[in-house]
Parts: sequence; structure tokens; C-alpha cells
Amino acid sequence: MTRETLINSALALALLLVPLWAYSADEPFIITLATKVAILALAGVGLNIALGLGGLVSLGHAAFFGIGGYAMGILASHAQSYTAITDWPLLIEGTKSMPVIWLVAVVASGITALLIGALSLRTSGVYFIMITLAFGQMLYYFAISWAAYGGEDGLSIYVRNGFPGLNTLDPIQFFAITFVLLLAALLFAARLANSPFGLALNAARQSPQRVETIGLSPYRLRLVAFVISGMITGLAGALFADLNRFVSPTMFSWQTSGEIMVFIILGGTARLFGPVAGAALFIILEHILGGLSEFWHIYLGVLLLLVVLFAKGGVIGTLAGQDKAHD
Amino acid sequence: MTDPQTPVLETRNICKSFDALKASQDISLDLRAGEIHALIGPNGAGKSTLIAQIAGGLKPDSGTVHLNGRDVTALPTAKRAQLGLGRTFQVSALAMEDTVLQNAVLGALGAQGRPFRLFRSALADARLREVAEQALERVGLQDHARTRTSELSHGQRRQLEVAVALTLDPKAFVMDEPMAGLGASGSKALTGFLDSLREQAPILMVEHDMDAVFALADRISVLVYGQIIATGSVADIRANPEVRSAYLGEDA
Repeated sequence: MTRETLINSALALALLLVPLWAYSADEPFIITLATKVAILALAGVGLNIALGLGGLVSLGHAAFFGIGGYAMGILASHAQSYTAITDWPLLIEGTKSMPVIWLVAVVASGITALLIGALSLRTSGVYFIMITLAFGQMLYYFAISWAAYGGEDGLSIYVRNGFPGLNTLDPIQFFAITFVLLLAALLFAARLANSPFGLALNAARQSPQRVETIGLSPYRLRLVAFVISGMITGLAGALFADLNRFVSPTMFSWQTSGEIMVFIILGGTARLFGPVAGAALFIILEHILGGLSEFWHIYLGVLLLLVVLFAKGGVIGTLAGQDKAHD
Repeated sequence: MTDPQTPVLETRNICKSFDALKASQDISLDLRAGEIHALIGPNGAGKSTLIAQIAGGLKPDSGTVHLNGRDVTALPTAKRAQLGLGRTFQVSALAMEDTVLQNAVLGALGAQGRPFRLFRSALADARLREVAEQALERVGLQDHARTRTSELSHGQRRQLEVAVALTLDPKAFVMDEPMAGLGASGSKALTGFLDSLREQAPILMVEHDMDAVFALADRISVLVYGQIIATGSVADIRANPEVRSAYLGEDA
């Protein structure tokens, strides 16, 4: 077992034990914080596939996070008001079922990622950053102006959506759902990184010329990675909306895109558990420093600078050392 | 399958200009089965431009490129690679953070043409691994399979480039200055290896190292200011007065 595997296991265990302790100590707020970490880490796992493995610096992943959120908001708001979403050409009704909402969130963000990616991936470098940012902002302003679903005020969902066999209103049970989904996404990301696809995508980041020369198209590899990445971040968006029982255009804002990227940079780019470490650190800082000052982001900024300047591998890189080449 | 008279790789009347600069002027060149064809010429003669048009990075303004008789002028680099064009670069283009074996497996993956498999480990795939390991053994890198590519010496990276090209089982090799940056012994070893490679697939190579060119080439073409001024055997080229004044110098 490598040092990084050990650190990863410790992190996963901590993320499980903290809420279990909070449950026994009757501290539901801590459970909610841990749930938030799991969900934001999931969004980061999504972005890390594009950013870490594919080298695609997307500053527009809030688009998928928001689409996941609105998938939940739209379906649940129709279900709670007993109105159909549309009755032509066929009747589509809202739902309060999490699995259905997740499916809609994942499919909708996947299709959006396909469209955004197909256009954006024709550019590279700073142009790619700008064009993904622009798509994110387009959706942000669209959500603000969409009066049918709350416009700028967003949508409130009064009762958390249901999962068969579980009481999702119980914080520890909702945490369990998010934790299992996070583990599943991490397992998927780990296998992806070692798969033929991961090998080719990773090579396309390092030397696109090489990948073309062996007969593969970097563009197609990146597009598939971007779609997978968007789908996972979209799923996280649906869970985040369910955590807050509230959706608003803020989920689409570029600050959200930036925060997801901050998790990855803090935790360690291209490291499997980078987003988990980063999201946990972010939430802990927000909780501790946020209590001291409204302007706690100043300290976050300083920390981010220090990481970028002195600890390029982020938290995981600092603890585990250089990424080991696979055998 | 193909008529033995058909060149494996051929350019027909290729022209390419960048504004006023005529980088390729009516270049017709062919590579026949079993041969090493060296392309020489002074710096700025348009060798890299020509190689890019053959490999697919650049489109000629006019003229065509043929691989095994098939017109590939409109095809992108990846398609030409699939059709059997194995290329190595002047400045190594490899996944430097990956291991030597991973780079070779990547080549095997390209040859197999099914990169969209997301779950199974690439290195656990017996078929990919076999092709990769065979290629590494051909170039003598089998003991470095687990080494990170960035830790290889310059010469070893060259060998790895050739190994990755070998995984594609190419119909023709295009090599851009394979000897560049190699010491005398490295260059000698690679010369010996390329000599044996020509039987597998013919090689079109750009090279400045005249010892290697004279030792290896069956034919030499001389490119000066975007034009082929001579094509012929080593003896022909050595004796050609035009070539001597343009490139080799009087005492070559």
C-alpha cells in the first residue's frame, strides 16, 4: 500500500467517523457540514476528471452544478404544487424521488456538457477558460431571468426528496446517501485513470502530438472526458440542492465554478482524493474563520497563494510526496 | 495486395507557401518497399514543412500525398497513423510523466483503435501489454519498462519513440532527425538498429548526421530552398556538383 493510498483511506474514514460521532453526540449541524463536504467533493471529483486527468481548465463547471440543482428544483417544485411540467406532446410530471431526479440531472448535464464541450474544445489555453466561463455565465443569466422557476429568488422545496427505504429528513441517513455516491464516484475515477481511456486522455494532456501520431483524436478523448466530468458535477448539484432544499442562480455563478476549482487546487490537482481533502479544508475554514470574520475569504486567498507557490501537489501532494508512476 | 511497383509513400507535386516564402515547390518524392530514403538539406530548406505535410500536420496548397497508393491528402494526422504511417519526432513527443511501458501501451492502444474503454486497467490488458513489451524488447528498453519517461536519457527517449511507432506495425516510417542530440556511440547504435528496421517497413528520414545518412540510405534526396535539387544513390549524391556546392561543401 502506498503512502497516498493510506492517506486516502484515512480521509475517507475521517469523513465517515466525524458524522457518526456527531450522530452519537447529537450534533446534527456537524453532520450537515460533513454532508456538504461529501457533496462538494463529488462536484470536485467531476471537475478533476477534466482538469486533473485531461488538463482542461474549465471555469464553467457551475453550469453542470446548476443544471443538476435546477433539475431537482424543477421536478420537485412541480411535485409539491401538483402541476405537470408539460402535458404536450406527452404528460411529464414532477417527482420527489431522488433516483429519478439524479438520472435527470446526470442526463441533462451530460447533454449540456456535450454541447458546451463540442464548441469549447476547439479552443485551448486561456481561450478555453474564457469560453467555458462565458457558457456558465449565459446559464447564470438565463436562470435569473427564468421567472417561472423563481428568477433571481430561486426555488424553495419544503420537504427533502425521498429515497426508497430511507428517511432522507434524518441528517445521518442523507449523509449516508451522499457518502456512498462519493465513494462510488471515487472508485469510478480511480478505474478511469488506469483504463485505456484514462491512459490516452492523460497522454493527450501531456503531448497531444503523440496521441495523434498513434492514430487517436485528442479532441474526441477530451470531449468524452468533459461529458463524464459534467455528469458527475451535475449529480453533485442535484444533491446540493436537496441538502439546502433550495435552488438559486448562485449555483450557476462563476464563483461556484471557482470554488470547485479551489477544492481541487487546495487538495491536489489530478490526485484522486484531492477534491475530498480540498472540500473538507474549505468547509472547515469556512466554519472556523467564517465565525471570526465575514471576510474569511481573505485568509482562504492567502492559503491558496501559499499552496500554489510552495505546495503544488496541494494537501495530498504535501502529505504523500510525488505522484508515483504506475507500473 | 499492392503492386510492388507502387511506392509505399509518395508525394506528387506538393506546393506550399507561407506568404512570399515558398517552403515546398513542386516536390515529388517516393519511398519504396525495403529502402531507407534520406532527405537532407541546409537549415530552412523546408524539410520540416515537407514532413508535416506528409504526416498530416499541414495541408499542401496543391499536390497530393499517397500512402500505399491511396490519396491521404485530405486525411488528418490520426487517420494517416491508422493507415500505417509511423512517425518519430525531432524533439521527443512522449507522455513524460508516464512510464516507458505506459507510452508503449498507448501506442498499442492506438493500433487497436478502441480507446473508449473506461473500466478495465490498460496495463492489465494482456494483448496491449504483449504488443508493447515486444516493441520495447525490439529497441532494447525492456529493462526500463517501469522507468518514468522523463528520467530516460536522450538516446533512450529516441528508442522509445521508435518503439511506440513499432507498436502500430506501420507500413512506412517517417523519422525527423532520429540522430539529433545523440552522442557518437548512441548514434552508432541507432544506425545499426535502423539498418535492420528497413526490412519491416521502409523509412523516410530527415537527417543532418551525414555519417548516418551515408551508412544507411539507399537513396538520398537533397532539398534546397523548397526544391528537390537531386535524388539518387549515395554515390550519385556525393558526386553531384550542384549538391556539393549547395550543401556538402567541396571537400565532402
